[in-house]
Formats: sequence, structure tokens, C-alpha cells
Amino acid sequence: MLWVGLLTASAACYLLKLAGLSLPARLLQDARLQRTIPLVPIALLAALVATQTFSTGHHLVLDVRAAALGVAAIAVLLRAPFLVVVASAAATAALLRLV
Amino acid sequence: MVSARRGIVRDALGIGIASGAYAVSFGAISTTAGLSLLQTCALSLVMFTGASQFAMVGVIGAGGSVWAGAAAAALLGARNALYGVRLSSLLGVRGLRRAAAAQFVIDETTAMAIARDEVTDSRIAFWATGFALFALWNLGTLVGALATHALSNPRVLGLDAAPPAAFLALLAPRIRAREPFAIAIAAAVVALVCLPFVPAGTPLLIVAILVGLYGVFRLPASRGGRPAREASSPGGESH
Repeated sequence: MLWVGLLTASAACYLLKLAGLSLPARLLQDARLQRTIPLVPIALLAALVATQTFSTGHHLVLDVRAAALGVAAIAVLLRAPFLVVVASAAATAALLRLV
Repeated sequence: MVSARRGIVRDALGIGIASGAYAVSFGAISTTAGLSLLQTCALSLVMFTGASQFAMVGVIGAGGSVWAGAAAAALLGARNALYGVRLSSLLGVRGLRRAAAAQFVIDETTAMAIARDEVTDSRIAFWATGFALFALWNLGTLVGALATHALSNPRVLGLDAAPPAAFLALLAPRIRAREPFAIAIAAAVVALVCLPFVPAGTPLLIVAILVGLYGVFRLPASRGGRPAREASSPGGESH
């Protein structure tokens, strides 16, 4: 089942890329579509940050992940490279769990 | 002229190397989320669009269904269709070449291609960035997955706390203006508020539907569909 889901999602992502190159431009040049689609990643990524930091299953929780996100936010503000942002969050969680 | 093109290729390699480092974290996060080495590498090969890949494994790792992850990945991939529209006239590809070019239609290749004055330079930029990124993105994924695979418990390294940091790094370059920032805050609040009451992964779909309605009914006319300007990996983070 996992494989089916992974490959279906991959196929969907590929078809979206191909659609942009292949479909007549006017189909995708609708002004509302043009300004709505770029908002989708913003909303989804923000929702992912929130839910994966502050929940476990169906419960809202506050644990070391919140501190990890805080450190990551500082790294982002300092314009640290992607890998540094991710590694600093992981290290924060690991260290706090040792305490 | 020749040196300008060498510069393009050099930039493409730089972007590839940066995203290779970024792919290491994808490989690690994906393996920690419970995907096998083969599944992790397959995602980078066939999905090859960073934000979608992170969303897919993030949702699965958090206990959501694979279909909730797939929906999030596809929604995040929708912006690539807009990039394709901008690129199609620049690239002028048909048939098999178009099928191959499609896999490379992501934030970075678009940003690199549309920044050129000449069509030839655009094409060089697109293909050079595409090949460099594809090679190093997949290599980085393999390295990250292998390294994490060797660990008995990736939680010890705090890797389970890494996905939100990855999402934040992908989000940051997109919310520098006030409106996107407000949308991000609203989306985070809505997702948390409905999370206790709906199946895992559903908050993402609710948020996607709401922002879609907002975009269609509320926004004043403005231009859209631009790729992240300083993007340097398939997800469009800005480092």
C-alpha cells in the first residue's frame, strides 16, 4: 500500500509538471488560478510546521519539538543553510531529551 | 559569450551541491519516518520535487495515512504546473524531450531559466541546473538514507524533530511579504484547531481548500506564479 501511494503521488507530481509544459497556456493563465496556486504551498507548509510540532496523533502537545522549532527559526532568521537549520533542530531535541 | 555560459554552468553546479546537502536531510527524515531505503530513493528519483517529498514523508512519519501524504504532495506540486507554463515557450521542447524536461520543472530550474535574456542561455540554464540537481539530489538522498539506515534508533539524534524545521526552511522565503505571512499564521492556527477532531492528515486538506477559496474569492488582481527567487533545491528553499 505504501508503494502504491508513493508512486501515485509521484505520478501526480509528474503529470502536473508535464501539464504546465503541454497544455495551451491560456488554460492555466486564468488570473485567479495564477494568484491562488502560489498560496497553496504557503498554507500547507505552515500547517505542516504547526501540526508536526504541536501534536501527537490527535492530541495537541508541547514538548521538545517546540524548542527545536524555535532554534530552527533562529537559524532561518540568521539565513543558515538548509542542512544547518534541520541539524540544529534535531540536535536541540536530542540534547533536551538527554537532560 | 562562452564565459557567460560557463558562468551559468558553474551556478547550476553550485545549486546542485547546495541541494545535495539538503537532500541528505530528506534521506534521513524519510528513513526515520519509516520508509525503506528503496522507497526513499525512489521518491527522489520519480517525484523529484522537494517540498512534496518532505510533505509526503512528514505526514507518514507523523502517523497520517499514505493517501493523506499523497494528497499533500500533489497539492504542493501544483505550482510546478505554473512554472511549466512559463517555461514551455522558452524551452520549445516536444515529444520525448518534453517528457524528460517535465521532470526537471521545479523551483530552481525555473528561476535559473527565466533569469536569462537570451533563449539559448535559458535553455542551457534549465538543462544544466536540471541535470546537476537531479544527480546531486539523488546522491544526497542516498547518503542521508544510508547513514540513517545504519542507526538503530534515529530518535536518539532528534531526527524525528527535524521535519518541522525542514518545512519552516521551505516556508521562510515565501512569507517575506505581509499577506503571505498572515496566510501562514492563519493556516497554522486552523490546522491546530481542527486537528483533534478530524482524521490524521485531514487538517492539511482543510487548509488547502480554505486557501483555495480565499485565493479565488478574496484576492485583488495581482501577478502570481513566480518561483522563489533565490531558490536552490527542488523545494525552493533560499540558501
